[in-house]
Amino acid sequence: MIKSLVPSIPIQAILGILVAVVLVHSDLAHARVIHKERSLYRNIIVDKTKNMLCLTFSVKRKEHNQSCMDLRDPDRLVFAYVRMVFAALLVNPAPQKILIIGLGGGSIPTSLNKLYPKASIDISEIDAAIFRVARDFFGFSPNEQMKVSISDARVFVKRALLRKQQYDLVILDAFTGDYIPEHLMTREFLSEINQLLSSTGVLAANTFSTSRLYHHESVTYQQVFGEFFNFRMAGTSNRVIVTGKANGDKYRLPLRSTLMERAELLTEPLKKLGIEIRDYPLYMSREIDWDPNVKPLTDQYSPANLLRD
Amino acid sequence: MIPVSVSWLPSCTLITKTIESMPKTDKHTLIKYVILLLAFISGFAIMTIELLGGRILAPWFGSSIYVWGSIITVFMLSLSVGYLLGGRWSLNNPNLFRHGFFFLLASITLLPVILFGDSVMESVFVVITDPRYGSLLVSAILFFVPTAILGMIAPYSIRLLVENQQHSGKMAGLLFFVSTLGSALGTLVTSFYLVLIFEINQVLLTVSVVLIISGIVAMLVFQFQASTAND
Repeated sequence: MIKSLVPSIPIQAILGILVAVVLVHSDLAHARVIHKERSLYRNIIVDKTKNMLCLTFSVKRKEHNQSCMDLRDPDRLVFAYVRMVFAALLVNPAPQKILIIGLGGGSIPTSLNKLYPKASIDISEIDAAIFRVARDFFGFSPNEQMKVSISDARVFVKRALLRKQQYDLVILDAFTGDYIPEHLMTREFLSEINQLLSSTGVLAANTFSTSRLYHHESVTYQQVFGEFFNFRMAGTSNRVIVTGKANGDKYRLPLRSTLMERAELLTEPLKKLGIEIRDYPLYMSREIDWDPNVKPLTDQYSPANLLRD
Repeated sequence: MIPVSVSWLPSCTLITKTIESMPKTDKHTLIKYVILLLAFISGFAIMTIELLGGRILAPWFGSSIYVWGSIITVFMLSLSVGYLLGGRWSLNNPNLFRHGFFFLLASITLLPVILFGDSVMESVFVVITDPRYGSLLVSAILFFVPTAILGMIAPYSIRLLVENQQHSGKMAGLLFFVSTLGSALGTLVTSFYLVLIFEINQVLLTVSVVLIISGIVAMLVFQFQASTAND
């Protein structure tokens, strides 16, 4: 039955439709896909326009660029939220030991490696395919100072605690896909990170600013760290949480005047990366603008993906 | 085995009287429905525990595909052992009292997951550095026994339902239908709603309580079955 139907559709018609689809599609996207793979965790697409090389996880291109590189100026950080992570340097301007959770295209570790050539940088990335893509397409190259561990961040952090490791700067950048790793949003995980922080350590987390999750997440950070800088800027729906080690006694984040002094000193070195650090202190708010009565996210209760609508 | 006396419960007396006043064929149908309901509950419980298992292991071993691989492997393995043992034990004087006992046992063996889950995971995490084998061992320690016991319920139920060879396949089919439907619903309800409303331990504790109630119901029905059999 089915077999007899097939020859009745002219092969030319099928080809015609295919060609049309391909043409229209490539025209809309304006980008040439130079690499495509399905890893254990996601679709990975690398596409290239005239001046831009982008890493995307979604099939719907242009919607979820994870990381882009300006081919005319590879040092410049293209995305606002990536630049915003560097606000952590206002709290600790000289980190010697750095942990980055989530590699992406590798622009954050590469930039930090250039800024602080002597600092050791550990990177925990769950997806080996992401590491290969960062290395093969985005010029990310691990070295003596910069090491990548292919592991789940929760496992990496727990192992680092067993080794009694301490970090001056932890960057949590694991929440940019369509799926949120729920065990990386809980109070328990954040207190593990807090234990990893040295006495002058700082955490920068690239997280969410919309949906019900915003309230739950803010309450969770507040419970672990007390105060934190809620850092939002125009042009991105991400927010970056910047906070320092909580020691049981009251943690005091630096005053705005201190942030501004440090921003002055960092202005020159960060300029090459396209970071206007001088503007940042104005947007780093300590105001509580979330509902403080929602449940914190814990290992027992963490429906982060369901709270996202 | 002599069933515990439960006549002090007024509601039980009520059930006894209701059942006693029923015609014999109705009594028979009632027992059949009770067995099917219990099978539904055990199917539901298995998948609720399995899904929460992923959540329980995530803080120590991540939520990668191998963690799910470990959990599913252990659940399949323990169910297969449970089917074998449940079937074998159904040869020896099968009755609803023993059937209910499986539920009580499953409920009790589930409690260590709540009580000692974290300390078990911590010890394994320290000893085994590869999260694949760590998660496999932890899944086995925490989930093998309760899941195997829940697996015994299906073949045992079939034995209780089957009265003659001709309809044995039909009864087995009916039982698989009901218990797998329970599993499907358990998966859906847990992942869509329960994790949004409750904490993991609250859900596990509820499952444990529901299993105890199920066991008691089975034992009660056995008692009435026995008390009315002499009429």
